[in-house]
Amino acid sequence: MRAPKMHPAAAAEPFVEAAETGVLVADEEGGGRSLWQDARRRFFQNKVAVASLVWLAIVAAMALIGPLVAPWDYESVDWSVLGNIREAGRPSIESGHWFGTDELGRDLFARTMQGTQISLMVGIVGALAAVVIGTLYGAISGYAGGRVDGFMMRLVDILVSIPYMFVLILLLVVVQASAFLQSIPGIQFIALFVGIGAISWFDMARIARGQTLSLKNREFVEAAIATGVRPFRIVTRHIVPNLMGIVVVYATLLVPNMIIFESFVSFLGLGVQEPATSWGALLNDGAETLTRGTLWQIGFPLFFFVTTLFAFFFIGDGLRDALDPKDR
Amino acid sequence: MLVYSIKRILVAIPVLLILVIVSYLVMVLAPGGPTSSERTLPAAVIANIEARYGLDQPLWKQIYDYVENVVLRFDFGPSFLRRDLSVNDMIAQGFPVTLTYGALSFVLAVAVGVPLGVVAAVRQNTWLDYLAVGFSVGAQVLPNFVMAPILVVIFTVWLGWLPAGGWNGGAPENLVLPVIALGTSFMASIARLTRSSMLETMNSGFIRTARAKGMPMRKVVLRHALKPAMLPVISYLGPTFVGMITGSVVIDYFFSTGGIGGFLVNAALNRDYSTMMGITILIGALTILFNLLVDLTYAWIDPRIRY
Repeated sequence: MRAPKMHPAAAAEPFVEAAETGVLVADEEGGGRSLWQDARRRFFQNKVAVASLVWLAIVAAMALIGPLVAPWDYESVDWSVLGNIREAGRPSIESGHWFGTDELGRDLFARTMQGTQISLMVGIVGALAAVVIGTLYGAISGYAGGRVDGFMMRLVDILVSIPYMFVLILLLVVVQASAFLQSIPGIQFIALFVGIGAISWFDMARIARGQTLSLKNREFVEAAIATGVRPFRIVTRHIVPNLMGIVVVYATLLVPNMIIFESFVSFLGLGVQEPATSWGALLNDGAETLTRGTLWQIGFPLFFFVTTLFAFFFIGDGLRDALDPKDR
Repeated sequence: MLVYSIKRILVAIPVLLILVIVSYLVMVLAPGGPTSSERTLPAAVIANIEARYGLDQPLWKQIYDYVENVVLRFDFGPSFLRRDLSVNDMIAQGFPVTLTYGALSFVLAVAVGVPLGVVAAVRQNTWLDYLAVGFSVGAQVLPNFVMAPILVVIFTVWLGWLPAGGWNGGAPENLVLPVIALGTSFMASIARLTRSSMLETMNSGFIRTARAKGMPMRKVVLRHALKPAMLPVISYLGPTFVGMITGSVVIDYFFSTGGIGGFLVNAALNRDYSTMMGITILIGALTILFNLLVDLTYAWIDPRIRY
């Protein structure tokens, strides 16, 4: 990255350190409300978004507490229902299988909760990875400008045009096949997280770059340059905090997409490996037994999948309405 | 325009080459291959097999030969797993199938999505609009691998109207469910996109002029508003195409339609690297080509875009 023009004498002591995180708006009482306080108020007025937030909290709490209170764990087989899943494996309170059992006699409640944990984790970690990479890349590209910017963005254009699902599948298969990589605990998850996150940052990079282009000529950046703050520090302390609004919105909308992505791979049997499970793997198990009259096996995972995704989309929409000044 | 097209094609070539080389390296580095089996094979047999697949050559020669075969002869080599089928045979078998239901879903997504979006925008805030918006929000959380089982439960298990899978030479009753399962989420995205861009267009000055001079609403929409409103939709067709191809993996897996995605999943589950690579490269090439076509169409339709 090319260093911006700076006065040699000013390079010694940077005094503009604090990031400009929000514009202060004076209200009637004379006090100040920040952009974020304003946004929070607007967000909590949106009933659908708040209801979604509550539902998401319930799902997350169930996923964390559920396995502790369930009478069965997610991998042991209930031999008494085996061979008669259709009748004995039904959802019931007495047998302790609240959501019934799967085709192998394992408790579906415990499995659904375990799958929820993994799917939510993949969604959040994947989105986080994509957002961190994308924001930094976009901010650096936009701030550097000129030839560096042209090169970095052209690279993104090129990378976008590759069908990643196939590359990800190739990656997962290689990881599974390699004895050396398999000796690292949790490598399958790591490959999944990294793989999914690493191929989803392009849009974020483009958005962050666009915003950076309009930010970098503002006074507070000029002030930072004048006081001799280094370019990388300007990006991390002054540009990135100002991108937060749009980043938060995009990240919330990215989470459900990451979950769909992971479910897609697991649905094909290439993602999480038995006995661990995720929504995609559960949907696949349920889909295989569709015609055998055991519809609860797909019903419960489907319910959690659909409602949670809805919740994420509504929260994302609510955040966008709350944080995007354009639509007001 | 011509210069731009040539430039784009020139950029696409190294991208494809990199895709080929990276996948080849991954394949070589990955353990297992044509020589791995349950029994330990005699060294002579291994040498024979390696010679057959060209694995006894130095790495750069292997890559060079592979690229040469793919580019000049469109030959993706033998499958590592199946002795009876080469990768080309699999593509020849699977690709027409994928293309058939893929093209039908594409047509369905555009033919329903665009009118739905236009109607929703023109009749904003009526029940039609709410229906369209509700549908497109709902379809967002119903990706193809969720749609497919739901459709089978309704139309096969409960109603018993349609078969749960199989290809049967592309018989109409075998096509219905795959086409709907694959097309729905794209239909919804296209409807949403059309609606918002149509709303924007309908608020612009030239539409007000057209309406002020007494032009009937129908004509205003079809003659003036539709073309500019279609621009974002056209740029979305590239991702739609990629999504369709990716989605074919799920469709083939779930409905056993025998398309190219089915071969890919089988290859992935059985570590048949050469097949995976061949299919990945073919799809990568098609994707790049299609994106190029979309960009050129975009530039051709919108005279404001200059390269």
